[in-house]
Amino acid sequence: MLAYTIKRILQSIVVLLVVGLVAFSMFQYVGDPVDNMLGQERTQADIERVRAQLGLDQPFPVQYWKFISNAAQGDFGISYRQKRPVMDILRSSAPATLELAFVSGLFALIIGITLGVITAIRQNGFGSGIIMTLSLIGVSLPTFLIGILLAHLFAVELGILPSKGRGETVIIGGWVWSVFGTQIQFPSWRTGFLTESGLRALILPSITLGLYQMTLIMRLVRSEMLEVLRQDYIRFARARGLRERAVNFRHALKNTMVPVITIAGLQLGSIIAFAIITETVFAWPGIGNQFILAIRAVDIPMMAAYLMLVSVMFVIINLIVDLLYFAIDPRLRVDRTAGGH
Amino acid sequence: MKKTTAFLAASLLMTTALATSAETIRWARAGDSLTLDPHAQNEGPTHTVAHQIYEPLLIRDTTGAFEAALATDWAPSADDPNVWIFNLREGVTFHDGAEFDSEDVVFSINRAKSEESDMKELINSIVEVRAPSKYVVEIVTDGPNPIMPNNLTNLFMMDKTWAEANDTVGVQDFEGGGTSFATTNANGTGPFRVVSREPDVETVLAQNENYWGMDQFPMDVTEIIYTPIQNPATRVAALLSGEVDFIQDVPVQDLNRVAETDGLDIRTAPQNRVIFFGMNTGADDLERDNVDGKNPLADQRVRQAMKIAINRDAIKQVIMRGQSQPAGVIMPPFVNGWTAELDAVPATDVAAAKALMTEAGYEDGFSIQLDCPNDRYINDEGICQATVGMLAQIGITVNLDAKPKAQHFPLITNGQTDFYMLGWGVPTYDSEYIFNFLVHTRGEDRGSWNGTGYSNADIDAKIQSLASETDLDARDATIAEIWETVQAETLYLPVHHQVLNWGVKSNVGIDVDPEDQPKFKYFTVN
Repeated sequence: MLAYTIKRILQSIVVLLVVGLVAFSMFQYVGDPVDNMLGQERTQADIERVRAQLGLDQPFPVQYWKFISNAAQGDFGISYRQKRPVMDILRSSAPATLELAFVSGLFALIIGITLGVITAIRQNGFGSGIIMTLSLIGVSLPTFLIGILLAHLFAVELGILPSKGRGETVIIGGWVWSVFGTQIQFPSWRTGFLTESGLRALILPSITLGLYQMTLIMRLVRSEMLEVLRQDYIRFARARGLRERAVNFRHALKNTMVPVITIAGLQLGSIIAFAIITETVFAWPGIGNQFILAIRAVDIPMMAAYLMLVSVMFVIINLIVDLLYFAIDPRLRVDRTAGGH
Repeated sequence: MKKTTAFLAASLLMTTALATSAETIRWARAGDSLTLDPHAQNEGPTHTVAHQIYEPLLIRDTTGAFEAALATDWAPSADDPNVWIFNLREGVTFHDGAEFDSEDVVFSINRAKSEESDMKELINSIVEVRAPSKYVVEIVTDGPNPIMPNNLTNLFMMDKTWAEANDTVGVQDFEGGGTSFATTNANGTGPFRVVSREPDVETVLAQNENYWGMDQFPMDVTEIIYTPIQNPATRVAALLSGEVDFIQDVPVQDLNRVAETDGLDIRTAPQNRVIFFGMNTGADDLERDNVDGKNPLADQRVRQAMKIAINRDAIKQVIMRGQSQPAGVIMPPFVNGWTAELDAVPATDVAAAKALMTEAGYEDGFSIQLDCPNDRYINDEGICQATVGMLAQIGITVNLDAKPKAQHFPLITNGQTDFYMLGWGVPTYDSEYIFNFLVHTRGEDRGSWNGTGYSNADIDAKIQSLASETDLDARDATIAEIWETVQAETLYLPVHHQVLNWGVKSNVGIDVDPEDQPKFKYFTVN
């Protein structure tokens, strides 16, 4: 187990280095950051001075090495666009993205499982047909269109939900604790969970972001459930006269959950990483929004940090999933024999 | 009983009406200010926010005319033509209560001239700033500079003591690594002070009750909440749903929608920005065309043919939905040197254009690449697409390459394009600025945006003479001569003047600023 874990971690590090290398080699084609940083009156001397200052006159392997060695020490440099440390920007915009991802993940999971079970149990019902048809929309409509449509309906036409931003936010954390003479500062967190406007502002973006995942989970639960409902043990359970509810939820649903949890875990990564579009549509001040702004301004430190962050996240999630498989899949283990019903 | 209810209802209505006129303006535009440091970025949205907090010696009002700000009057010195004398406003205080005087002006101009400053090119003719007394400043230039004040309208004044106390004397230094205090904090003399600021999220400004101009300007707005909203559809939705009161950059396709909504208005005015095409006239042969051994664009007849093949009215009606002002010269109408004759829109004449092509020996046409931005100007890519079709009519096959501005502009400044779109605003409101950047031969100090490869020693000499010609009539005559040559050479193909659209609540009174810089002290709220 230990050797397996170490091997996986080493592989993950290689993956991160390669992602960084590919990203850096592409930054050369995004445009010239200096052009954005200096006003239209700048002279050639200014351009050269700034290029030298930023190290942009170096070949890209050198730039890459500088970035990686600084990043390894937790220093992602100064944003070209905002001229403040990239870490500060990430730290202040991460709560917005994480809260949004959390709520839309929860929405996708709860609604997805519920609808999946309903459509599986009432397989031929009229309602199931409608839900299944509508779910196609969730899968096929692009996120930005869903977002704009929702904002138009609920903000402009009905005027009941906000179309932009996080509403009122409250800063929590940031306390300083003194433990045995050392100061420990808790990271501060700007949350929208504690105010009414903050919660209302979450509704439309989380639905937009979670809709695809919701339909995915729903369809997965439904097909797994249909599969399980055909199994012998379900028939026997029914034959024994167990109540329908106990059969469906205690026995059938439980056994459909293994693949669902795997998929949901992996999808959480993509919810965070691909919040970009939802954040842009709803002017949500998260990391994805910052990434778009960074691309437009050719803000290399910010883009590099974002890409590394996302790949670290995916690598960690994959690592956990791999390790979970190792723990769950009996075939990977030799010390125990597989048990069964 | 009935009467009492009616009275109650009426008074309730009145109080609500009063309450809603609590003069907070929620304002949104596409981009945020990049920094609060007034000398670190020479960029529109950054200056716009700075204008609420800081003040220059003089500003432009909503018509583009000079207005006294921290200086009350200014004039060239009678003794020395190289010196401008500014009399400062007395009794002005910074937001922290410190008094504003000539020391602060000397400090601020020197700070703006420092190497890290982004404002230094605009004031590179200033060699020294002197403070002979508490409320008089003398600015010495490297030669007589008749339009020196034009360069000061975005040059903000900081408090010397505050900057020194907070260790922010220098402008943000990248090599230094950290951010400077002035990047996130501000202490100006302006009508508003910073209450809170989260970059890219929200900036809250409150009225400065001690502002010197409290009685001179409407000063109706007591609080400004500024939220950048990148996505145009979201910005419009926020205005329509009442979440914001004022947006800049209304997309042209949504103008009717906003104008037809009760309680919302569209305010429109020509912007200080002209859109045009440039052509590589200087090269012996073009890389991205199908003509070998010669450069079709070097022939003035070809350029003229292209000029009259473009149907500016069609672009206005179809691409811009009426929101543009077709142009005949690459100079916004506010600029010194502009005349109606120069700006007369060239009549579209495909037959004449074809005749010119034949005369130049290109009756079978040629093919060429057009480089165009797709995220910089209003409907920039659409204009280019339309132009492709119009030039096809005279046999020129145009391959359109539209890309983000970050990739487009380096092509022009590095001379890697044969045919390109560019937009130009003139912060000094004087033709010299256009000539310096777009007409003068590309060199160390001038011509950095001249992607045409055009070089004319005679014109260069005339352009250089403008900088120190103190006889304004003679100077204007030279400007007219240079324009005559630029037009005769068909150096650029003007398309139109951009039109600004602001969407506001109907009860807000404001004229659109040609620089796209709302100054909230002018806003009235009914």
